[in-house]
Amino acid sequence: MDPTALIQALQAAVPGARLDRAPTVDLQTTLYASRDDVPALARALRDRPELRFAFLAELTAVDLYPREPRFEVVYLLVSLEHRVRLRLKVALHAGDAMVHTVSDVWPAANWLEREVWDLFGIVFDGHPDPRRLLMPEDWEGFPLRKDYPVQIRMTPRTTEALQMTAEEFRANVEKDRLSRR
Amino acid sequence: MPDIRTETMTVNMGPQHPSTHGVLRLVLELDGETVRSVAPTIGYLHTGIEKTAEQKKWQQVIPLVERMDYLSAQSNSMAFCLSVEKLLGLEVPERVRWIRILLAELQRINSHLVWLGTHGMELGAVSVMLYCFRERELLLNINELIAGFRMFPSFMRVGGLREDLPRGFHDAVRAFLDRFPQKLDEYEDLLTRNRIYIDRTRGVGRISKEDAIAFSLVGPIARAAGVDYDVRKVFPYLGYDAIDFAVPTRTEGDVYARYLVRVAEMRESLKICRQVLERITPMGAWAVADPRITPPPKDRVYTEMEALIQHFLIYSQGFTVPAGEAYVPVEGPRGEHGFSITSDGTNRPWRVKSRAPSLLACQALAKMTVGGLIADLIAVIGSVDVVMGDVDR
Repeated sequence: MDPTALIQALQAAVPGARLDRAPTVDLQTTLYASRDDVPALARALRDRPELRFAFLAELTAVDLYPREPRFEVVYLLVSLEHRVRLRLKVALHAGDAMVHTVSDVWPAANWLEREVWDLFGIVFDGHPDPRRLLMPEDWEGFPLRKDYPVQIRMTPRTTEALQMTAEEFRANVEKDRLSRR
Repeated sequence: MPDIRTETMTVNMGPQHPSTHGVLRLVLELDGETVRSVAPTIGYLHTGIEKTAEQKKWQQVIPLVERMDYLSAQSNSMAFCLSVEKLLGLEVPERVRWIRILLAELQRINSHLVWLGTHGMELGAVSVMLYCFRERELLLNINELIAGFRMFPSFMRVGGLREDLPRGFHDAVRAFLDRFPQKLDEYEDLLTRNRIYIDRTRGVGRISKEDAIAFSLVGPIARAAGVDYDVRKVFPYLGYDAIDFAVPTRTEGDVYARYLVRVAEMRESLKICRQVLERITPMGAWAVADPRITPPPKDRVYTEMEALIQHFLIYSQGFTVPAGEAYVPVEGPRGEHGFSITSDGTNRPWRVKSRAPSLLACQALAKMTVGGLIADLIAVIGSVDVVMGDVDR
């Protein structure tokens, strides 16, 4: 199935959905979707006989800080019947990082969404078990966000937690970002 | 005796338990010996490899991804290299492709041997463990020969391999390929028709085909349940479509079927290795001829100014990768895995996400074990072959 046919089939299944195709270099056809359409798109992708994306290979997120919309949730899907792969992306703004869960469609998404909540702080609305997965339950902050401190050069203080001001923190992130240029 | 009070008992299995293959913790609710519910708790081995990778240059990520899964080191680094090469638009030389396939298949046999040994030992067949580790030693020796490191060779690099194959590589691999089939028969003699082993495994830890797909199970677990999905066949990479091999599947979906699938897979891997070894010339290209990515040979670095500059640039600044994202799935020992990488056009990755088959297998543990006996839990955990480093990353 070629990408154009795939998009047409999906568009026919969910008439109101806004789908934007993005360039890609690998096997996956890449589509941007609006977050309100995610539940309907997920059901159509899994159940429609011409699509049958029964297999959720991966669900993850990317933090594009400081760009807005800041987060992208990425769904990698496989249709075992039609031997085709799809990358579905949903852009989310920083102040409102929330998308409906797909764990009712693909049970495998349960832990994957917990991991994304744990490390990025993206809320999955309607998730049956919204707890942290990898980090301890009482952890503060979301480690894979780009504004989470890394490589802070301070003398280690073993008796108290690492402390820094918000300004130091932001300056550190900015410096880190500039050094990548 | 109508007035006996019964209640379920909550038991913590792990994180320190010899059969949980690391630090998996299961909170079990037991009704006598029957398991009523299983709640896996993970994260004890979470080391933030994905975050660390964002601080490293592209080539420096390879040792990190190898350490995620100590049983599929070569396969992991190959998957990472394939994704980066996809973004770079690089096409590796044909000889490199065959060498990568060979090393990945040897890695698969290596992983399955460790799995078979530990799984057999947990069910009481200790001699299987000793036999399997004996043959695995040969594979580790091959790793030592090519890279000087037995577990995490870091031999795959973006753009090809670290260096050319050493003298004696073909003989070492051929010696292994000649010796291994008889040894595989030996393992099968010990287990395949062993009454005790069959009683412990047949009908235990079943999962249906529908559930296997719904829980995104891949590799031998899914194929034992009848899901005919092997990335090497469905989405061929590196030239697997030019190689003749079969994908063994079963329909029972129990622990015994997983055993049969893995043993059959080792035989298929041997077939692949034999075909590929013939195509690898003793000498030839081991990396792309791209001065941005492949460092010049050492004798040129010591004698030519340009080569020295090039060497210095590659090791101090690395190379930049065009902005974009790529995910190239490969079939590792535990099924489809790969690295979903995002680049912002600099010399360090913006985001590296590993698709971890063990994580999803862990999630489905409850599906396989609830309603069974607690003693069978050991057999099931063993059979799904989770590597906790891959679960927690």
